[in-house]
Amino acid sequence: MASLRNNLRPFLAARSAWLAGFIVLAACLGYGQAVNSCLDCHSAQEGRLGVTPEKFSQDIHAQKGLTCTSCHGGDASSYDPAQSMSRKAGWKGKIDRKQIPQLCGSCHSNPALMRTYNPSLRTDQLDQYHTSIHGKRLATGDDKVAVCVDCHSVHDIRPPSDPRSTVNPLNVAKTCSRCHSDAAYMKSYGIPTDQFEKYNISVHHDALAVQGDISAPTCTTCHGNHGAVPPGVDKVQNVCANCHVFQAQMYQKSTHSKAFADKGLPGCVVCHSNHGIHKPSDAMLGTGSAGVCMRCHAPGDHCDRARSNILNNLTMLDQAVNGADQALRRAEAAGMEVSEARLNQDQARDALTKARVSIHGFQADLVDQNVQAGMKIAAANRKAGDDAMVERNRRRIGLGICLIAIAFMLVGLWLYIKKLES
Amino acid sequence: MIAAMVRWLDERLNLEGLIAPFKHKTVPTHRLSYWYFFGGITLFLFIIQVLTGILLLLYYRPGANEAFESVQYIMTRVQFGWLIRSIHSWSANLMIFTAFVHMFSVTFLKAYRKPRELTWVTGMLLLFLVMGFGFSGYLLPWNTLAFFATKVGTEIAGQVPIIGHPMMIFLRGGEEVTGATLTRFFGFHVAVLPGIVTVLIAIHLFFVQRQGMSVPPKVEADWTANPSARREMKFFPNFMLREMMAWYVAIGALGALAALFPWELGVKADPFISAPAGIKPEWYFLFMFQTLKIIPSKVWFIDGEVLGVLGCSLAGMFWLLLPFFESDKPARTRAWITGLSIFALVYVVGMTVYGFLAK
Repeated sequence: MASLRNNLRPFLAARSAWLAGFIVLAACLGYGQAVNSCLDCHSAQEGRLGVTPEKFSQDIHAQKGLTCTSCHGGDASSYDPAQSMSRKAGWKGKIDRKQIPQLCGSCHSNPALMRTYNPSLRTDQLDQYHTSIHGKRLATGDDKVAVCVDCHSVHDIRPPSDPRSTVNPLNVAKTCSRCHSDAAYMKSYGIPTDQFEKYNISVHHDALAVQGDISAPTCTTCHGNHGAVPPGVDKVQNVCANCHVFQAQMYQKSTHSKAFADKGLPGCVVCHSNHGIHKPSDAMLGTGSAGVCMRCHAPGDHCDRARSNILNNLTMLDQAVNGADQALRRAEAAGMEVSEARLNQDQARDALTKARVSIHGFQADLVDQNVQAGMKIAAANRKAGDDAMVERNRRRIGLGICLIAIAFMLVGLWLYIKKLES
Repeated sequence: MIAAMVRWLDERLNLEGLIAPFKHKTVPTHRLSYWYFFGGITLFLFIIQVLTGILLLLYYRPGANEAFESVQYIMTRVQFGWLIRSIHSWSANLMIFTAFVHMFSVTFLKAYRKPRELTWVTGMLLLFLVMGFGFSGYLLPWNTLAFFATKVGTEIAGQVPIIGHPMMIFLRGGEEVTGATLTRFFGFHVAVLPGIVTVLIAIHLFFVQRQGMSVPPKVEADWTANPSARREMKFFPNFMLREMMAWYVAIGALGALAALFPWELGVKADPFISAPAGIKPEWYFLFMFQTLKIIPSKVWFIDGEVLGVLGCSLAGMFWLLLPFFESDKPARTRAWITGLSIFALVYVVGMTVYGFLAK
């Protein structure tokens, strides 16, 4: 034992130990890396058949441990095409478009299975899809309609919360537009293809994409996603009412609700349009190009007079609020303390908003009530601003008098000092 | 009538004996005499602070839920409340300004030399306390700027090694700036600081009265060479009347600033919002703040902020003890102290301007 120890070469032994450790570590790492012959071959291919490991690694399914064979079948452990893509091994090849919803649904409609991945994920997508216009048409053999992968992409499917996902709220409109703005593709359906163009100039797009409010509506908010259908004519107001609750309540009670329904007119859309909804303004009540009332009503009739009355009232309150704002800004610039009135201006603005919302009841006296409440607040705030300016002038006069008195005092003192020292 | 009352009091209290020293007191008259006024103006502004502060106390309520509203009430509802608060705020700033001018005038006129070392030390302590008044008073309206300035200011104080963190906890009344901070800042501002400052002012004035006004070394040398050139005026009434003129000018300036630029109230402090961008302390702390900002985060192995705080503290300590580095021979002065004073003035003004302009 002693001679053995004496023959040991410690540096060589250490190096051998490192080498052995490295081999064991590499083996362990290699063991963790399962063979995927699909990706090894398809990453070298181009076009639709090309799927790189980088692309597939972004896919939520890959991240959850699913592989190519989970959808396409086959044997990914073999590099022999006869084995890896053999029908015996369950290889399905390219999935037929008509089969895609069913294939996705085989997992996504299985609550027990989906719970193991994400317990909060819904499992009714396939059922909903069957009720959608896309699903119904697919069932009749129209394979041009959207199936799961058209919206969610394929091989790099990301969760909707990922901003890079094609179904993230910020990207939904663009995703829908890939088909719906393609006039040639949509020709056989006879529906407009300008929705995306109109949506891009709408107040909803502005709120979502420009102001970053991801609760603002995109296509799926009104049309639904898996159960996508065009809102029925009589249901449009229900779609809008999901967000615009007060306007909808007032509209329901108004005379217009019944009149529009009788004529088969689509409620809110009649005045506000659908995809290209502009930010509403008081000008919609006017008689200019932005005016909407006179498209149906005759000049001088009872409704026209009510319209004119409402418009005048709203303009009056808007001007009063702006006037109060100006007066308060002037006072603030002069260094006067008007923060209380500034705070009250919020109430005046709220009254203006309330008056504008109450238009949807189409009752002049209801609008007038809110306008009068706002006028009272705006007038008080305006007075606070004007009073502050009067007070400022008074202070300046007081300052002038004091400075004159101080100047007299200084002259008097100086003369007294001179007299004392002469 | 008044003469009869004075006579009546004099018979009982011997007022003549009390004011006799003032009657004999004189003030040297030379081309730099006007610098003597700044001490008196600072004192006058302090008296204004006390009077307006007492008036504000009638309505001010310390507390995170009431402070802002009570100051708002003073500014909008109380008769002449705006004037009192604006004068209090402007006077505070002017007082700190005149205190700095007074300090630098004393430095350049070498008035701190023997035998006036203790007068200088009490004056410097008063300057530090006046800045403490500014720091504690700034928080009292409980507006956003004040809240975050106090947060930053107390954080900087917390950087001092060993005593920093306990000192920050003591100042804040906890780990964060809260209503508890406001309450204790109010206590410092209206009770602790005024008490100490009043005593120190009394000592400072006592020293000035005992030692008389200092004459700059150069003027002193001229007068020694040519005794007939020596000029003096009586403190009372000649100098006092001139000082009164300065006070009138000060009160006119205060009134004008208060009427033309009322001190703004800002927005009520909200501890849950993030600090406004580019927040800066009041101008009199800006030179120190800017110094801390330009020091790199690490200097060798020392944390930059700790180094800055220690550097400022050491510089303040050195400045407090400045007279003890000066030659004790009245005819001679040390040139390096004059050079250092010029550097200090340029540094303070330069860094303040830089702090204002920096983003």
